[in-house]
Amino acid sequence: MTQSDTLRRIVLMLPALVAILLLVGAPLGLMGWVSLLEKGTTAGVDWGSAPSIGNYQRLVWEEDFDGTLILNTNYLVIFLRSVLQAAVTTLLCLMLGLPVALWMASLSPTGRAVMLLLVTIPFWTNLLVRNYAWLIILREGGWLGMAVDALWPFGPVQLLYNDVAVAIGLTYSFLPFMVLPVYSVFEKFDWRLVEAAHDLGATRARALRRVILPVAMPGILAGSLLVFIPCLGAFVTPALLGGGKTLMLGNVIQMQFGPSRNWPFGAAISVVLLAVMLLAMTALALWRNRRSA
Amino acid sequence: MNIRRFPLTREISLFVLAYLYLPVFVLIAYSFNANRTATVWTHASLDWYVRILNNPSIRAATWNSLVLAISAATAATVIALLAALATRRAFPGRNASETILRLPLILPEIVVAVATLILFVAVGIELGLGAMILAHTVFCIPFAYLPIRARLDGMSGTYEEAAQDLYANRFRTFRRVTMPLLWPGVLAGFTLAFVTSLDDFLTSFFLSGPGTTTLPVYIFSAIRAGITPEINAISTVMLVISILLVSLSFALTRLRR
Amino acid sequence: MAETNTVTIRGVSKAFGRGDAAVRVLHDVSVDIARQEFFTLLGPSGCGKTTLLRLVAGFEIADSGSIRIEGQDVTHAPPFRRPVNTVFQNYALFPHLTVEQNVAFSLEEQRLPRDQIRQRVGEALEMVRMQTYARRRPSDLSGGQQQRVALARALAPRPKLLLLDEPLSALDLKLRKEMQIELKQLQAEAGITFLFVTHDQEEALALSDRVAVMQGGRILQMGPPREIYEAPTHRFVADFIGDINLLDGEATGGGVRVAGGQTLPVQVSRPGPVTLAIRPERARLVAAGTGVMDATLVHSAYLGTATLHKLQLASGGDFLIRQSDPVQAAPEKGSRVGIALPTDALQVLQE
Repeated sequence: MTQSDTLRRIVLMLPALVAILLLVGAPLGLMGWVSLLEKGTTAGVDWGSAPSIGNYQRLVWEEDFDGTLILNTNYLVIFLRSVLQAAVTTLLCLMLGLPVALWMASLSPTGRAVMLLLVTIPFWTNLLVRNYAWLIILREGGWLGMAVDALWPFGPVQLLYNDVAVAIGLTYSFLPFMVLPVYSVFEKFDWRLVEAAHDLGATRARALRRVILPVAMPGILAGSLLVFIPCLGAFVTPALLGGGKTLMLGNVIQMQFGPSRNWPFGAAISVVLLAVMLLAMTALALWRNRRSA
Repeated sequence: MNIRRFPLTREISLFVLAYLYLPVFVLIAYSFNANRTATVWTHASLDWYVRILNNPSIRAATWNSLVLAISAATAATVIALLAALATRRAFPGRNASETILRLPLILPEIVVAVATLILFVAVGIELGLGAMILAHTVFCIPFAYLPIRARLDGMSGTYEEAAQDLYANRFRTFRRVTMPLLWPGVLAGFTLAFVTSLDDFLTSFFLSGPGTTTLPVYIFSAIRAGITPEINAISTVMLVISILLVSLSFALTRLRR
Repeated sequence: MAETNTVTIRGVSKAFGRGDAAVRVLHDVSVDIARQEFFTLLGPSGCGKTTLLRLVAGFEIADSGSIRIEGQDVTHAPPFRRPVNTVFQNYALFPHLTVEQNVAFSLEEQRLPRDQIRQRVGEALEMVRMQTYARRRPSDLSGGQQQRVALARALAPRPKLLLLDEPLSALDLKLRKEMQIELKQLQAEAGITFLFVTHDQEEALALSDRVAVMQGGRILQMGPPREIYEAPTHRFVADFIGDINLLDGEATGGGVRVAGGQTLPVQVSRPGPVTLAIRPERARLVAAGTGVMDATLVHSAYLGTATLHKLQLASGGDFLIRQSDPVQAAPEKGSRVGIALPTDALQVLQE
């Protein structure tokens, strides 16, 4: 009986496992290999080239014409900008998302369902279209631009194509990823704990800091990861709202697979991105383990 | 004093709602603006909608997007349904299986997209609709899986026991009891997978071959070429479709029977 | 030889989980249930009664032992190959089907002709007086109505054996009493063997031809309700069913010497420490010095049909007396009273 159950389970799981292993696992593995190869002359990859870590070196050093390695900060700057941009976005999402989740938890069941739908809808609507909407608002001659110009006496303000525009767009894109996990914690939260805290003399602020936030921490961390990781690999927002000036990792990857046709180098950057992501996830897992231990 | 109410949370929430929805409304409003420059309001008109209907590239891209979304969502829903049935009860390795199922959700899309591009080129899969259907199916699996799994979790196993008690064998039990009770979850899963595929830009951007542009890829290149009122109109259409479908799936998951 | 039993359970054991985590829920259980008998498994939650029912239904498979239904070995048969139907604790009525469709389910699975299905569904619904609700959905029905539909659904295929898993536990007290009477009538009408599972001792006593009291995966005592109530063999059975007074004593040749000095004329097979049990309604309150032993009256509660006296024994233990003699006024609180124990009401317990 249990044996046939196991067999049934394996057969049912097989399509999903095969699909994901063949179309996620295999590509990632191959990409790791390609990141060690050299770019081809006509195609993106020279499959016959000897594997080396040259592409990873290129991220930091550049070969001078006489063969010495000199520091190249171009990619380091982009990398740091991506991490910083992702961190700022995560912080902004937290500052906006936490109060929203708190407020949602105070609503009636109907109010909660409505808010849940309102917060979820942007998550499901086209990312490109939503960023395009900000492009319309922020561009020169857009209504926000005109309003700012009217209030700002020192000449026209460029709202678009800078880090601020990208931060606005990224926060806009990923805010639901923060609200939903944090809210799911508050939804199950036992509010009698807060009553108890008040009863024991804690003020509202102290109850928030000492009771509510610690309980919400798993949701906050999960949300932060859900915002941070896609931000790091963001392509659409910096491409539309950052113009050509504020590149992020995603744009550099796209360029290697597009105009530059240097697939191995693009693969190397992708591997670095994956590594940062894994690092962030491991840190979170360690924190969770320490907490539960 | 309501212990759940914290000062400013309401104000911030209303601000966030405005932040989330104002750009969308601005976009929709502009799509009905007759003025070519798209920023100066003259009067309401449906001109741009008529234009996109008559634009052959948009029509081709729409067709591609629909074929892609229906194929990928169908395949993903079937795979996810089987996986959800397999992971219904606890067994050793269930957590590992679920992590693998969620993998396409966690990984940065651009990385998976370029990796898939490398694989397809390496093994000789021609870029285009077929390649996109394969890739979309995989990242749609977790979106289809979650509502089906949620429905199964909320479903008591006694209904199936009752069916077997009443002489239905395993297959008949699945057909007459499990599936009818599960279908709102399956439909919700399909809807979410469909929306996810329809809205996807990045994967399609890397895997669409010449002549198989999808709607988001078309919109991206159109924006690059310059903002036009047609983009506002086609974007509005996409927004409305997504919102309707997501609301539908939301309603389905709340369905009692 | 013609089989006279509907169910024959022989040496059935069952454990859940594997290795060190395995929990044995049934230990070598054997039961025979006669044709048309109303048989009840009674015990607290976790005693194994529901597992035993699920083994008979086929939802679980026994680790060892055998189960036969009408002479046919069904130990390893799936539920859909057993001539058995179940009334589930929360009814498990299919929410996507109407009352009529629920009742017709098994008949359709058995591929009966359409007109026969219609006739049998009508009969089953009539039996539980639910004909007028045929087109309703289960969610439109009250708990008692759902209960009736569940009964009709389980009876429609005319099973050899009906299993009832705490079917009345979700109903309120008044409805439960009504349904108890209906269940009993239904069983007589349908002439089907009932295997009933409950934790409610009153329900078990009121309905059953025979009761098996279970604890820790074993059957402690099996017999007609009167025997279970009046002649419990185990301390657990005595304690689980109704109020009971337990007196520790020492068996000697002449009887049992209880703490306090008196020797009661009870026959015990071998000497040593024993426990005597007596129901509160069988003991009587008498004047101090005239009973078997004396005690102090702690409290008297008037219950309408009787008066419940709580006494404290010299040994420190409590003793309850339920006196259904309304004329007699209760002695004052704190006064010394005597306890009279009719010898035939005393039970010697094992363990």
